[in-house]
Amino acid sequence: MTEATQTEAQAKDQVKDKKPAPKRVDPNAGKNVKIVKDATCTFCGCVCDDMELTVDLDEHRITKAKKACVLGRAWFYEHTVDTRPAVLIDGKEATFKEGVEAAAKILVDAKFPITYGMSDSTCESQRVTVDIMDTINGNVDTTTSVCHGPSGMAFQGVGESTATLGEVKNRADLVIYWGGNPAESHPRHFTRYAVTPKGMYIPNGKKDRTVVLVDVRRTPSTPVADIFMQVKPGKDFEVLWALRALVKGKKIANDIEKQTGVSREVLDDLVERMKNCQFGVLFFGMGLTMTRGRHFNSGALLSLAADLNEFTHFVAKPVRGHGNVTGADNVVSWQTGYPFGVNFNRGYPRFNPGEFTTTDLLSRGEADAAMIIASDPASNFPKAAIEHMKKIPIISLDTKDTITSSIAKVCFAVSTYGINTGGTVYRMDDVPITLRPAMESTYPGDQEVLEAIRDRVKKLLSGKKARVAA
Amino acid sequence: MAETMILVPGRSQSQGTSLNEGKLKDEYKKVTSTAELNERDMRRLKLKDGDKIKLKSDVGQTVVTCKSKKDADLPTGMIFIPYGPPSSELMASDTAGTGMPLSKHMEVKVTKVK
Ligand code: SF4
Repeated sequence: MTEATQTEAQAKDQVKDKKPAPKRVDPNAGKNVKIVKDATCTFCGCVCDDMELTVDLDEHRITKAKKACVLGRAWFYEHTVDTRPAVLIDGKEATFKEGVEAAAKILVDAKFPITYGMSDSTCESQRVTVDIMDTINGNVDTTTSVCHGPSGMAFQGVGESTATLGEVKNRADLVIYWGGNPAESHPRHFTRYAVTPKGMYIPNGKKDRTVVLVDVRRTPSTPVADIFMQVKPGKDFEVLWALRALVKGKKIANDIEKQTGVSREVLDDLVERMKNCQFGVLFFGMGLTMTRGRHFNSGALLSLAADLNEFTHFVAKPVRGHGNVTGADNVVSWQTGYPFGVNFNRGYPRFNPGEFTTTDLLSRGEADAAMIIASDPASNFPKAAIEHMKKIPIISLDTKDTITSSIAKVCFAVSTYGINTGGTVYRMDDVPITLRPAMESTYPGDQEVLEAIRDRVKKLLSGKKARVAA
Repeated sequence: MAETMILVPGRSQSQGTSLNEGKLKDEYKKVTSTAELNERDMRRLKLKDGDKIKLKSDVGQTVVTCKSKKDADLPTGMIFIPYGPPSSELMASDTAGTGMPLSKHMEVKVTKVK
């Protein structure tokens, strides 16, 4: 601004100052509201902890969620006062104590009890769940097994070159998304962490980064990318392996484009960009884990990231779905030594995906009781698994009615983590975040329910042991 | 006549927002039972937006509403549907020792429901 224009502007300001300032209408005037700063959205694995929530204490609902994306707003606005009964046994209303008693009995009487879900629950609740299953020699599995479970297997096979989202924000000049659509599943991943934010070594934000998107179809995420690489369905492994070969200077098949839909020129260009960037990151989604190849796909991508460290700094991170699915992996790992699919039948933990994972245990008809926490397998599991669920006693803990809660023998309505209850969750990059609840709920948190079930289970079991000893 | 196509279930924004309203609510049911097809495939199969199609896999079948997508957005031979009970109907339970059923890229036979 020149000096002349500056004076003009100042003069205008002075004129403005003389006018009476327009009255600002406070939308919350006369209302009984509370503002919660730095609250956390736990709808997706981005776990954004910069929310500013306006809570209408009379109506008992969140009326504004500043900084939340469209999914986050739906998450906060839709969790309102519910009228459903807190406990149902066989569809009939029951007391909390009766619910706990019935649930504990189901678990103690079962020969092969399992638990599943946990990814929309705090670490504190997850810890109690593992304790219960350890006590009754049951089976622990989380929604990880049908999300990034194959990546969990790949980590054990090839390792993980990793980073936090903070490092990505401050350093990454090459960002590759493979098999995911963050614009619709994790809307703030681009704006808060990986694409647009300015960072310490990325002073101009997106201008300083190259963004590559790899997918089988164009999605609302595609316009964000500088380069879009469209792969034929089911050919991700082949493309990743070809990239590994090119990075190492090896030959690849001449008909690579025919096989994978990606031309040699596009692959060569990407290889050059990957080798020459300052800090590269590969974010990968379920386009790799849910398709043919599963853990081999994730393993190929993790190996590619590892290979690239010969040339530059390169990391890989799975983009995790639910708010605390990463916490579930962490808690189950530090309690049992394994991340998911853990069985205590022999009194010590054993890990075997395919054997101790829930889809398999239900589809094969092995589990004879199931405790489902904050998850709805009766709507999103294969048919054979759902059919078996209908034959065994189910204990369900959920914030909303679901198909699973509707077929449950014992059903607990619980409050929502992050909105009604505090605790710890892990962001998708394994960074733990403490929750700041916004308002109370009439329902207990799942931790309270689980602790009561655990205590009752322990009591019932000690009684049983005493009977055996006598 | 039935035609074989590749079904890709995935997340969508409306699936995410309707999920928060509740999985037993009409909006979620509507969103998860609307499949997107390439416009050329739709023309060939004599389908228009809002028509019903039957998707059949080796393990199950489901009827969904179809919606056309431009050539540039969805390749021919591919169907996109937001995750939900209809896509689960078509999913096989074999996990090949991983715990993960093949939830994307399923072969399905598509027929128009008269
Ligand atoms: S990106 Fe995810 S965590 Fe962040 S506000 Fe949106 S839904 Fe919530």
